[in-house]
Amino acid sequence: MAHAQGQQHPIGIYLKIWGLLFVLSTASYLVDYFHFQGHLRWSLIIIFMLLKAGLIVAVFMHMVWERLALVYAILVPPLLLMVLLGIGALDGGYTFLARGTFFGPGSAAPAQHVPAQRR
Amino acid sequence: MTQPVMTTSGGSLPLPEGLQGFVADWSSDQRAFKGVPWGKAMMWIFLLSDTFIFSSFLIAYMWVRMSTTEPWPNPSEVFALTLWGKKIPLILIAIMTFVLISSSGTMAMAVKFGYEKNKKMTFILLLITAALGATFVGMQAFEWTKLIEEGVRPWGNPMGAAQFGAAFFMITGFHGTHVSIGVIFLIIVAIKVLRGDLDHERPGFLTGRKGNYEIVETMGLYWHFVDLVWVFIFAFFYLW
Repeated sequence: MAHAQGQQHPIGIYLKIWGLLFVLSTASYLVDYFHFQGHLRWSLIIIFMLLKAGLIVAVFMHMVWERLALVYAILVPPLLLMVLLGIGALDGGYTFLARGTFFGPGSAAPAQHVPAQRR
Repeated sequence: MTQPVMTTSGGSLPLPEGLQGFVADWSSDQRAFKGVPWGKAMMWIFLLSDTFIFSSFLIAYMWVRMSTTEPWPNPSEVFALTLWGKKIPLILIAIMTFVLISSSGTMAMAVKFGYEKNKKMTFILLLITAALGATFVGMQAFEWTKLIEEGVRPWGNPMGAAQFGAAFFMITGFHGTHVSIGVIFLIIVAIKVLRGDLDHERPGFLTGRKGNYEIVETMGLYWHFVDLVWVFIFAFFYLW
């Protein structure tokens, strides 16, 4: 097993991953350079980002050669961040709408209590 | 007279693989991470906590960007540079990305040569990694100077939403600090390698543990993580 002498792998795999990371980085830069917009832009950015992150963690950080006990201990807890992401997205959208309603141009002043006799 | 009887304890039992191995490791005595040096396991757990810190920054950035009614400054234009009389969008950030990826490549090879106990190659590759990291920090300092001269502040900027500066300085500043600390530790590890500390198991100055080439891999984990965080910052802050 590889663990006996630590993580030893042929140098070729590192060079290949290095090359791939260069290609993926160039590709994500070109997304901006050619001004792709809308869903195409977001999906390309996310795909290239996840591929790069996956290659770094899997090969450079040797995760593919580790035992599942370590892999799960490290990679599963960050999934909890999806909850924070979801809460942030919901609240961010709500705050944006509330700001548009109350502080945007032409919006009504925030609701205030007005005594009945002055109406 | 009694003769001591030699019994063989044999080699260690083969560890089960896959999901069964996961359950067996976690329910076993003494240690859950079989075959993983303690320093490496601790580094992974530290990186896990760092993941939460950086993710919180990025999610906070998402929140301010979603909730602001002011237009967000276009990063493609803010970070453009004029080279040879042509305005190239985001070029500095692209170069910084390539520099950091290259440093990750040299770091991975340093780990490989370290386990082969190739002192010279490990030392050279660690130094190249540190030099590329220092280059990255230098370019970031240039970028900060440029933006500060253009009037970007944590509380406002001339291009649009005030939150842009706060998110930019917080996120890139925290990342740049990580890179700077990494460069310092790369130089320390490089000196240890050159001096032969890892070959002679010389105790470390902080923990007093015997030196060995596993610390190069642990150092590598930290360095690759810095690169990994940049992948997310590049995608979410600069390209979005």
